[in-house]
Amino acid sequence: MIPGIRPEAWLASLLCLAARLITGVRAIWRGCPPLPRQRVYFANHTSHFDFILIWATLPADLRRATRPVAASDYWGRTAARRYLIQRVFRGVLIDRVPPSRHESPLRPMLQALASQDSLILFPEGTRNAGDGLLPFKAGLYHLAREFPDVELVPVWIENVSRVMPKGAHLPVPLLCGLSYGQPVTLLAGETKQAFLARARQVLLSMAPPEA
Amino acid sequence: MDSPASILTAVFLGVFSVLVLASATGLVLRARPGTEASRAVVDNLNARLKAWWVMIILLALAFWAGETGVILLFAFVSFQSLREFISLTHTRRSDHVALLSGFFFFLPFQYYLVAIDWYGLFAVLIPVYAFLSIPIAASLGSDTTRFLERMAKVQWGLMICIYSLSHVPALMTLEIPGYAGRGSLLVVFLLLTVQASDVFQYVWGKLLGRHKLAPGISPSKTVEGLVGGVLTATAVGTALWWITPFAWWQAALLALTINILGFFGGFVLSAIKRDRGVKDWGTLIEGHGGMLDRVDSLSFAAPIFFHLVRYWWVP
Repeated sequence: MIPGIRPEAWLASLLCLAARLITGVRAIWRGCPPLPRQRVYFANHTSHFDFILIWATLPADLRRATRPVAASDYWGRTAARRYLIQRVFRGVLIDRVPPSRHESPLRPMLQALASQDSLILFPEGTRNAGDGLLPFKAGLYHLAREFPDVELVPVWIENVSRVMPKGAHLPVPLLCGLSYGQPVTLLAGETKQAFLARARQVLLSMAPPEA
Repeated sequence: MDSPASILTAVFLGVFSVLVLASATGLVLRARPGTEASRAVVDNLNARLKAWWVMIILLALAFWAGETGVILLFAFVSFQSLREFISLTHTRRSDHVALLSGFFFFLPFQYYLVAIDWYGLFAVLIPVYAFLSIPIAASLGSDTTRFLERMAKVQWGLMICIYSLSHVPALMTLEIPGYAGRGSLLVVFLLLTVQASDVFQYVWGKLLGRHKLAPGISPSKTVEGLVGGVLTATAVGTALWWITPFAWWQAALLALTINILGFFGGFVLSAIKRDRGVKDWGTLIEGHGGMLDRVDSLSFAAPIFFHLVRYWWVP
């Protein structure tokens, strides 16, 4: 429970506490219990700090073994961001901009899974300003194929759109909610497209009925 | 009779001693070997005790700060409860203005009315003005999808979380002959009695609970817990008669009434939670769930207690 003596670990706990206080985030483990198994948590993406909400709702022992997958074009831009993502959140940085791509974005993720870490992944690949979900990128499929024993847990982050609908000027101070769904597995012989569409549908089905 | 301040000090010292005793018991239980199930119960007990320390210290600070402190504390309790309630109910985009008015107008205004002691408006602000203006605001969004359901949910949220709970500090505005300046002791009586009922329902339920009361609504409530809890808490309330304007038997009857109401408060709000598919309203208080889990019984007990006292003791 005690986050060790590394200042980064303390800072991480502090940031999680702040995130919990401000958003009052609560987790509902609908489809699986918070057990220390190797997992890929995949979630809808509305802000750069979505992963902190997931991180903050994981029990401390799970959190230590769980690393957010983050885009290096955003998180690598300034020294402060680099410090946060690398030292504090122990993020897995991936290069998502094709022209300047040095290595496949898959490689760091596969490496992390090979060293027993869990991942937080936003398969839409970018923040979604609208409702619902954007089409999924292929990464999730490749991870599922290479590591069939790793559980793929869908996480729906209850939208900030109710807190501050488009065109509103004041936020309603609602509590953010996260629900953890039943793990998705790659079926035998399932194609990439079919799997990605199914995983997307599972995540989408966890959204509260359009209110 | 002693001054209200010295009585408050005595009561809080009593509560702190009980907590010290309970925490010591918790530590002893934790050191004892046991099965996994009994460990979970003890861990939950210790988490609850830790939360009780925080809550009692907050309460003591509020009372120490005086009437304003108590009003502000309950305004915050209302705010957090309403947050938890509305977060779990589905509203639509056109309810935004209605929700904003609940959080940022009706809530502070209701507590302001307590502070300036304007009973007439305090009693009707939410059931009249809020209940009529909120549907008006929502209808201007021209969205009729589940309109009645949405309005009912927002109105219930305001009723439980703001209106009902604001009756706790409003007890301090009651002018009872021979009891001037002691209104905060009525608040202490209500809080200790109702919370004792929650605690003893839990304790008796864990010790003797065999027969489930209504597994469809709350799996942890048992007949033994209910009867033992209500009776023990009624004894606690009776023993507190000396801080109230009541005779001992009146204190006993009032305590019994608010304990039964408190039980149904928890029961009804459990039914709502069950309907929404959650176990707790929130995660604010470790071992207890959310704020609304802690004050659900209070939200049913407070308004009735307020009106019973107002009817029979205020000339």
